[in-house]
Amino acid sequence: MTDATQEPEGELPTRRDFIYVATGMMGVVGAAAAAWPFIDQMRPDAAVRAAGLPIEVDLSAIEPGGTIVVTWRSKPYFIRQLLDDEIAAADTLGEGDMKEYQPAAERIAGPDGAETRNWVIVSATCTHLGCVPNIVDNAPEGWFCPCHGSVFDMVGRILRGPAATNLPLPPYVFADESTLIVGSDQV
Amino acid sequence: MKNLVVKLGAAAIAATVMATGAWAASAYPKNKPREQDWSFAGPFGMYDQAQLQRGLKIYAENCSACHALSRVNFRNLADLGYSDEQIKAFAANYEVEDGPDDFGDMFFRPATAADAFPSPFPNKEAARAANGGAYPPDLSLIAKARAPIRGFPAFVIDPFRNYAENGPDYIYSLLTGYKDEVPEDVSVPEGLWYNPYFASGTALAMAPPLFEGMHEFDDGTEATVSNMAKDVAAFLMWTAEPHMDERKQLGFRVMVFLLIFAALLYLSKKQVWARVEH
Amino acid sequence: MSKLEHHGTYTPTSGVGKWIDARMPLPRLMYDSFVAYPVPRNLNYAYTFGGILSIFLVIQIVTGIVLAMHYVPDATKAFDSVEHIMRDVNSGWLMRYMHQNGAHFFFLAVYLHIFRGLYYGSYKAPRELLWILGCIIYLLMMATAFMGYVLPWGQMSFWGATVITGFFTAFPVIGVPIQELLLGGFAVGDPTLNRFFSLHYLLPFMIAGVVILHVWALHVTGQTNPTGIEVKSKTDTVPFTPYATIKDAFALILFLALYAYFVFYMPNFLGHADNYIPADPMVTPAHIVPEWYFLPFYAILRAITFDIGPITAKLGGVIAMFSAVLVLFVVPWLDTSKVRSAVYRPWYKLAFWLFVINSVFLGWLGSQPAEGVYVALAQLSTAIYFGFFLIVMPVLGLVEKPRRLPNSITEAVLERSAKTGGGSPQLGDATASADKS
Repeated sequence: MTDATQEPEGELPTRRDFIYVATGMMGVVGAAAAAWPFIDQMRPDAAVRAAGLPIEVDLSAIEPGGTIVVTWRSKPYFIRQLLDDEIAAADTLGEGDMKEYQPAAERIAGPDGAETRNWVIVSATCTHLGCVPNIVDNAPEGWFCPCHGSVFDMVGRILRGPAATNLPLPPYVFADESTLIVGSDQV
Repeated sequence: MKNLVVKLGAAAIAATVMATGAWAASAYPKNKPREQDWSFAGPFGMYDQAQLQRGLKIYAENCSACHALSRVNFRNLADLGYSDEQIKAFAANYEVEDGPDDFGDMFFRPATAADAFPSPFPNKEAARAANGGAYPPDLSLIAKARAPIRGFPAFVIDPFRNYAENGPDYIYSLLTGYKDEVPEDVSVPEGLWYNPYFASGTALAMAPPLFEGMHEFDDGTEATVSNMAKDVAAFLMWTAEPHMDERKQLGFRVMVFLLIFAALLYLSKKQVWARVEH
Repeated sequence: MSKLEHHGTYTPTSGVGKWIDARMPLPRLMYDSFVAYPVPRNLNYAYTFGGILSIFLVIQIVTGIVLAMHYVPDATKAFDSVEHIMRDVNSGWLMRYMHQNGAHFFFLAVYLHIFRGLYYGSYKAPRELLWILGCIIYLLMMATAFMGYVLPWGQMSFWGATVITGFFTAFPVIGVPIQELLLGGFAVGDPTLNRFFSLHYLLPFMIAGVVILHVWALHVTGQTNPTGIEVKSKTDTVPFTPYATIKDAFALILFLALYAYFVFYMPNFLGHADNYIPADPMVTPAHIVPEWYFLPFYAILRAITFDIGPITAKLGGVIAMFSAVLVLFVVPWLDTSKVRSAVYRPWYKLAFWLFVINSVFLGWLGSQPAEGVYVALAQLSTAIYFGFFLIVMPVLGLVEKPRRLPNSITEAVLERSAKTGGGSPQLGDATASADKS
C-alpha cells in the first residue's frame, strides 16, 4: 500500500508514506511495550524477593569437621568447619589437580580476630546440573555429587567429573565470633 | 424427602430474592458519604506521603488494637517514604509467631520487613468474643470493600468526573459522623453507637475512635478529629490500592500513546479511503 | 458472495512460499481470508465490532493465562492469591484489572455487535448459521463470565454462585440433583471453585473454536452491509486489506482507549465493592446484584411473580430468563420481512430503537429491588422484550411497506455521494478484484 510507483503525483506520496510508516512504527512500539508486563510478571515477585533476605546462622553448634546445610533464597548452602589436616590437604593441591584453580585460602574464612580461619561457606548446588552433592570425609576430597559423579575438594573446588566450575561462594559476613550472615557481605 | 429438599431450595432462593429487595427498604447508609478533597483524586492525583505517615501512626496507635491489617507487609512501608533502617526498626516493635524450632515448638520473634502486620486476635471467633460479638474487620481492603451505592444519576456522571473515592469518603464520613443526639424515629440497640453514615444499620459496635488532640504529629498537623479521620482514610486507601500512583502514571502514558496512535490511524484511514467512494 | 468474487489471487513468489503452498496452503488461506477477501465498500463503523471482539478474546485469554500462573483455586487461598497478584506480583495489578475490566468491555462490544446484527438484518438467509454460531459464542461467554466471577472468592462470587446454581432447583425432581452435580456438594464450596476454575480455563478455547467457525461461515456468505443488498458485482466491494483493516484498527484503538481509561483510572467502577470482602458462607451481602451485562435477564427472572397453571412463579421466572436468550436462536425465522436492513424499514427501525431502550431499561430494573412498582414495570418491560421477537418481527414483516431499495450497493453509494458531495460521483479505483500486482 505504500508502493509509491503507483502514485506518481509529485510530493503527495512522500506525505502518505510518512503517515503510513509512522502509524506502523506506533503499532510496533505499542505491541513491544504491551508485551513487557506479560514478561515482567514472571520474574520473582515482591514477596519472594522479600523472603530472600539474608539469614543469620548460629555457628556455635557446629563441631570442628562438621557440616550443616542452610537455606537462603530457597536454595541450600553448606557451612563446613574444617580440621587443620583438611586445610593442609586442600593446600597440597595445585593448578594441575583441578579444572578451575583458585588458592584454597581464598575460599576459607573466619570471624575477625579468630585464631584460625577454618570455615568454608559454599553453594550446595552442583555446578553441573543442580543436584545437591554428598558430604565425604576423604581429604582432599570433600564432596561427591551422586547424580553424575563430580568430585569437589574440601573447599568446594572441582577436581574431576562433568562439572566445569567450582561451587560458588554466596555473599556472607561474620557478624561476631559465632554468628554468620549468609546473603549479604555487610553486617 | 425429595420434596422437602426442593422446598428448602425454593425457600433459599426466595430468601435471597427477598434479601435482594430488602436493601432499598432499609436504605443504609442514611446519609450519603460527604465528598472530601483527596490528594489522590483525579487522573493525576497521587498519594501524599506525609499524610500516609500520619495515617500509619493513627492506625498503629489506635485502630490496631482491634483491627488487623494482615495484607500489608512492613516492607510495603517503603512506599510511605521510610528507609530500610526505619522499616527494620519499626517492624522490630512487633512480635510475630514463627516456627517450629528444632524441638517442634512455635516461638515468637521480632518482626522483619518481610512480615505482615500481626493481627490483634488469633482468629475471627476470638475477635468477636473480645468485642461483644461484633467482628472488627481487617482494614487492609476496607477502602475498596465499602462503597455505598451511588445510584442514578451519580452512577452515570462518575466516569466523566473520574470519581473513584467513594471508599475513603465513606471512611471519613463514618469516623466523623457519630452523633450524640439520636432522632426520635431511630432506635439504637444497647451498646451500639448511632451513626447515620454507617453502611449496614443505624448504629455500630465501634465507639467513636478519634478524639481531638489524641496524637501529636511531627509535621505539626493539628490533631483534630477531621484531620485524623482524613489521614487514616487516605492511609487505608493506600493499604487497599498500594499501586495507585504507579497505575495512574502508566495510565497517562498509555492514554497518550493510544490517542496519538488513533490520530495517526485516522489519517492513514483517510488516505487509504481518499479516492474510494463508500 | 456465492463464488462471484473468485478467491485465489495469491501467487507465492519465493521458493519457500511455493514449497509451502504445494503442501499446506496456510499462507494462501490467510491471504484469501484477510487480504484479498472482498468486503462491501459501504460498511460503516458498526461493522468494526467483530474485529474488536476477536482482539478482546485474545486479551482475555492472554491475561487469563498469566493470572492462572499465580492464582490458587482453593477456597482458603483463592482470595489471598488474588490479593497477592494485586500487591506483590510484578505488574500483577495490571493483569488483574485488564482481565476484570476486559470482561466488561468484551460484553459491551458483543452487545453492540448483536444490536448491529438486529438492525441490519444480518441474521437473514443465507446467514442463519452464522447468526446461530454467534448466539452459541454469546452463551459460552455468559458461562465463562459467570464462572470467572466466582474465582476471586469474594462475597459476590460466593453468593452469585449460590443464587445462579439455585436456578436449577426450580425444575421439579431433577432440579436439586442437577444443582448438586454442578456444585459437587450440598452448597458452594471447594469442589465448586475447582471445577469452575477448570471450566473457566477451558471455555475460552471453545469460544475461540466457535469463533473460527463463525468467521468461516462469514467468509462463505460474505458480509452484509447497511443497505442489506447482496454484493452483485466487483464494483460493490473493496479488498479487506487495506480498506477494512485500517478502519477496524482505528475503531479498535478508540475502543481500547475507552477500555484503558477504565483500567487505569476507574478499575473498580464496573465491579462490586462486596467482592473485596472474602467469601463468608454464613453472611449474605445486603443485596446481590449480578454484573451489569446480566441485569436484563435478572430483571426478566424476577418479573414472573405469578403461577401459570402447574408452573410455579419460580420455575416460570427461570424459563422466561432462559427463553430470553434462546429466542435469539430463532430470530432468522421470526423475521418475515423480505427486506433485510432497517434502513429501508421505517416501522422496524422504530421498533428496533424501542427494543434497545427497553433492554437498557430492563437492565436498570434488574439493579432495582423486586418490589412495588418495579415488579409491574419489569413485567411490562419483559412483555415488550418478548413482544419484539414474537409479535413485531413476524407481523411487521408482513404488513410493513418498505422504502424503495437501490438496485445495488454501488448505486446506493453513488446516490449518497451525489447527495452529499458536489462533484460528479465516481467509485474510485479500488475494487476487491482489481488486483494491481
